[in-house]
Amino acid sequence: MNEISETREAREARLQGLGCKRKRVEDIRFTQGKGSYVDDLKLPGMLFGDFHRSPYGHARVKSIDTSKAKAVPGVLAVLTAADLKPLKLDWMPTLAGDVQAVLAGDKVLFQGQEIAFVVATDRYIAADAADLIEVEYEELPALVDPFKAMAEGAPILREDIKDKTEGAHGKRKHPNHIFTWEIGDHETTDLAFRDAEVTIKELISYQRVHPCPLETCQSVASFDKIKGELTVWGTFQAPHVVRTVAAILSGIPEHKIHVIAPDIGGGFGNKVGVYPGYVCAIVASIVTGRPVKWVEDRIENLSATAFARDYHMTTEIAATKAGKVTGLRVHVLADHGAFDACADPSKWPAGFFNIVTGSYDFPTAHVTVDGVYTNKAPGGVAYRCSFRVTEAAYCIERAMDILAQKLGLDPAELRMRNFIRREQFPYHSALGWEYDSGDYHTAMQKALDTVGYQALRAEQRAKQEAFRRGETREVMGIGVSFFTEIVGAGPSKNCDILGIAMFDSAEIRIHPTGAVIARMGTKSQGQSHETTYAQIIASEIGIPADDVMVEEGNTDTAPYGLGTYGSRSTPTAAAATAMACRKIKAKAQMIAAHLLEVHHDDVEFDIDRFRVKGMPERFKTMKDIAWTAYNAPPPGLEPGLEAVSYYDPPNMTYPFGAYICVMDIDLDTGVAKVRRFYALDDCGTRINPMIIEGQVHGGLTEAFAIAMGQEIAYDEIGNVKGASFMDFFLPTAVETPKWETDFTVTPSPHHPIGAKGVGESPNVGGVPAFSNAVNDALAFLGATHIQMPHDAWRIWKAAEALGAQG
Amino acid sequence: MAKTAIALTVNGEAVEALVEPRTLLVHFLREQLNLTGTHIGCDTTHCGACTVDFDGRSVKSCTLFAVQAEGAEIRTIEGMAGADGTLHPLQEGFREMHGLQCGFCTPGMIMRAYRLLQENPRPTEDEIRTGMAGNLCRCTGYQNIVRAIQFAAAKIAGDSLQEAAE
Amino acid sequence: MIPGPFAYHRPRSLAEAVALCAAHPDDGRPLAGGHSLVPMMKLRLATPDHLIDLGAVAELKGVRREGNGWVIGATTTQAALITDPNLAQAIPILRETAQQIADPQVRSCGTIGGNVANGDPGNDMPALMMCLDATFRLAGANGTREVKARDFYQGAYVTALEPGELLTAITIPHPPAGHGYAYEKLKRKIGDYATAAAAVMLTLAGGRITTCAISLTNVAPTPLLAADAAAATIGQKPEEATFAEAAHRAEAITEPTPDGRGPADYRTKMAGVMVRRALARAVARASA
Repeated sequence: MNEISETREAREARLQGLGCKRKRVEDIRFTQGKGSYVDDLKLPGMLFGDFHRSPYGHARVKSIDTSKAKAVPGVLAVLTAADLKPLKLDWMPTLAGDVQAVLAGDKVLFQGQEIAFVVATDRYIAADAADLIEVEYEELPALVDPFKAMAEGAPILREDIKDKTEGAHGKRKHPNHIFTWEIGDHETTDLAFRDAEVTIKELISYQRVHPCPLETCQSVASFDKIKGELTVWGTFQAPHVVRTVAAILSGIPEHKIHVIAPDIGGGFGNKVGVYPGYVCAIVASIVTGRPVKWVEDRIENLSATAFARDYHMTTEIAATKAGKVTGLRVHVLADHGAFDACADPSKWPAGFFNIVTGSYDFPTAHVTVDGVYTNKAPGGVAYRCSFRVTEAAYCIERAMDILAQKLGLDPAELRMRNFIRREQFPYHSALGWEYDSGDYHTAMQKALDTVGYQALRAEQRAKQEAFRRGETREVMGIGVSFFTEIVGAGPSKNCDILGIAMFDSAEIRIHPTGAVIARMGTKSQGQSHETTYAQIIASEIGIPADDVMVEEGNTDTAPYGLGTYGSRSTPTAAAATAMACRKIKAKAQMIAAHLLEVHHDDVEFDIDRFRVKGMPERFKTMKDIAWTAYNAPPPGLEPGLEAVSYYDPPNMTYPFGAYICVMDIDLDTGVAKVRRFYALDDCGTRINPMIIEGQVHGGLTEAFAIAMGQEIAYDEIGNVKGASFMDFFLPTAVETPKWETDFTVTPSPHHPIGAKGVGESPNVGGVPAFSNAVNDALAFLGATHIQMPHDAWRIWKAAEALGAQG
Repeated sequence: MAKTAIALTVNGEAVEALVEPRTLLVHFLREQLNLTGTHIGCDTTHCGACTVDFDGRSVKSCTLFAVQAEGAEIRTIEGMAGADGTLHPLQEGFREMHGLQCGFCTPGMIMRAYRLLQENPRPTEDEIRTGMAGNLCRCTGYQNIVRAIQFAAAKIAGDSLQEAAE
Repeated sequence: MIPGPFAYHRPRSLAEAVALCAAHPDDGRPLAGGHSLVPMMKLRLATPDHLIDLGAVAELKGVRREGNGWVIGATTTQAALITDPNLAQAIPILRETAQQIADPQVRSCGTIGGNVANGDPGNDMPALMMCLDATFRLAGANGTREVKARDFYQGAYVTALEPGELLTAITIPHPPAGHGYAYEKLKRKIGDYATAAAAVMLTLAGGRITTCAISLTNVAPTPLLAADAAAATIGQKPEEATFAEAAHRAEAITEPTPDGRGPADYRTKMAGVMVRRALARAVARASA
């Protein structure tokens, strides 16, 4: 190839850098069944662990008899709390400052809680033996309604901490109380409500759901007694943190623990936490001296490892008659289950719920959150969301619709009147965030124009008339949602996990031939990091993305990082990637100047090379420079060409978007059908539009599932209902609507490449769009707020309550 | 428990093995034959991650016992690419159309789509959605999976047209 | 989700299969498609000591014309019902119903015999068999007998099948030419059981409904023949008022269990809606 005559466009294209629809590197192995997921791992002598779990939601454990299980040929060990206690591993700390039972001791607190761990030569024998464990229980009254948690006479769940009046986040008011978190200005908000011309108040609940990646949680632990080293392969979204936690828990020095997250079959927040299965597999490997694998099945996954939401938000808005919001007040009752195992940055017991002012210019706001214990599985993970952002977005987007209805204003118009204006950025919200950038009016207007909003409203009115005349039983809803996300946790000034600041990292080495190995502290679970980080590197240093190998997940080789969740990889590790590239580039410039025999100020970067300013024919490609770095570096410069960056973001990023859902509802059955869904996302600089579109499709599908049917429900005695794919709503290709995507681009002013992150936006913005569509469809019959999930029977019942079922 | 001898063909190769009767076909493939491309996602016959081709039909291998495969001809994801490494048009289609993200459902999707295209070489979008209704994906929202299968259908049809012309 | 251990039998003939079933009346289970049984075994809700795999018994498979009706072998798969061109011509409601069961992979294994024999009120074929007035052939140690589908279902998972008996075939009378039919099923998603479903078979003459059978799925412990509802349509004009009356009578015989598909009153109402819709569609398909 003639490097001089090649056009700039061709040189650019060859890089496959920022902004191109590069095909995924990962797909080569995944499409051939050659991914390496945890359960694919086989080690010599490997054993298999399986749990015996509690059938009760709340019961005292009187005795545990493991003798029959131990007698099964092929069983090597059965662990109970009594076995873990001498090792001080019967309890483990949670990320939220609580403790969680690894194996239940004298009490079980939720159905499916882990009681004993059977270790056998294969998974069939382990399952047989787990069935043979005999536990004697004394059933206790179960507490499943968070609204009754702090009532007088409520059953006390956590006897281990019942007298503890000070929790990880301040005073506890009741044995079932975990924390009260308060933010905002109480007084000015009260004044705003006192003086308000119009107010609304509604209890907006976001039901308990589950992230439910297609691969369940699993791990393999292998302890080498001779070396005193522990290796753990697992479904870890944050492998480095797992390693640190494992060191703290086990007492094994951190450098002798090797944590490896191989390919992960989806995470969505489910794989951030540390679960009893991981701990038991480690202990079992230490006890038996053999590798131990633990793989949960789907029912275990849905009923024991993590849940999301379960937020009950009493929401009030104060406004003028002209439709200008003047104050927001929210009280949240947060159901955390049996242990506070929320995976939030440590100082944030309710995550970033204080983004609840949304995209609107609220002069004042006040939020309180009370966390309580119930007899349900622990968790509270960020299911495709950045720490309670989706709850916050649902809360404000539903409430804005309710306010619009009360004011007799169109919901899109109300939003337009209250958006933070472009010139207000950076914008300081009433609840303490500094929104970095945005252009909300432009995005909303583009969405309205594209869908033909006014025509849709006219069609809706005509349909309502036809319904009133008895000519149809079909009604139409138009759901508008405008969300502002807060992602990229986060700046060390306000984000840490167990004291570790939430930076992220990149380590990039250019080899003599110009090939690149890049390692990051994040961990893809489908987000395409191997493809997109390489694109950033390609654009930054001018080496084709195909010559870059991206590696993550091996904590021995990757730089320390906080992992992938909360749409944080792009704001943090992608920023670190760009910063490391720039360090390399600075050195490359010195080498190029040396080779070109000019002063380094006289060379400039040009796509894939440094050239002498004003003399484009005099240049050195990055390949030339890489060779020289290892061969004859300029005097005074170290050989080699690599850099590490630990990036502490100065701020969060604030992606936003405008979503519109058009829905038809058959009131005879309650079946809702999405006719059209339009999603406009602004995630700043777009690294790979193909992958962004894929993320939006997937997030919208999860949002659709949540809004229209997902629920982890419990009956009154604490039985978890519907914890399999028969009942837990995962839509197939048949139910899933078709998605239309669009975008605007408002780069982040503080991110090195202006990118903001996108993975969670569609979930955050999608749920209110669907829910608002359902509510909008029934609003003309008098509905103000119908709780999710909007499955057919609930819609039918809502219509019945409005007198629309004859 | 006594083991049962079975003989079957997997990806064109004759296999003889001894299995405990209760061994699920998916565990037999993954553990005994080391064909780990076939995945387990739900245990209850819903997700289709374990789909393999079994005597000319798509089945969920988590709901069959290995002993039922006596005499059967089975094809798994590992048997899809050509001996020279050429990707099957479906494998190519999934990559070209971004029909996968985490990759966990992909082998099952491709195996089901393989049979779907035998049953219906030129499916409409609705026929693809209905034909793929036994396979769950948590990442993609299916839209690009539909496009991946359309890509493969077109490519397969194009190839055979070309062959016919020669 | 690991099944318990069992002894495996793979009979090669019907006689051998029947003998094995008869030999294990209480501790054995026949395995057809296995798509109800194997999940139950994985949950250890079913723990047979002997599993009698019918997969190699050729006599149990296939569809054939016999006298004035059709004989469908018990291990004929749902997929085979859908693709059989003669059956699709003669009894198109079979295909319409089979297409609404589960998903393609499940239909490629799941059999009509398994679907009707295990007495699961969620299954779709039992109500259809009642609607079509099918007869089940049962074989046991004492020979074979025939039981009408309409007499077969006694309670949830309780049927006229005696321990050790095997359902070998289903016979369905050939429906009249020009009949109208519909199977209307409301479900939450692919792979789910019906919230409520209704099967309708009818004929029209002179602008009136002359014959009609209606049955309901998953709104009671057993499938239901809605005889009273059907009777209300006979001699009536095929119009909304007739359908509404039938729906009303169908609702009256339901006893649904509240579950994730909805509370009992909703599912009762949905049975009515399905009946109304099935009648309307069947009428539209019938030759006047």
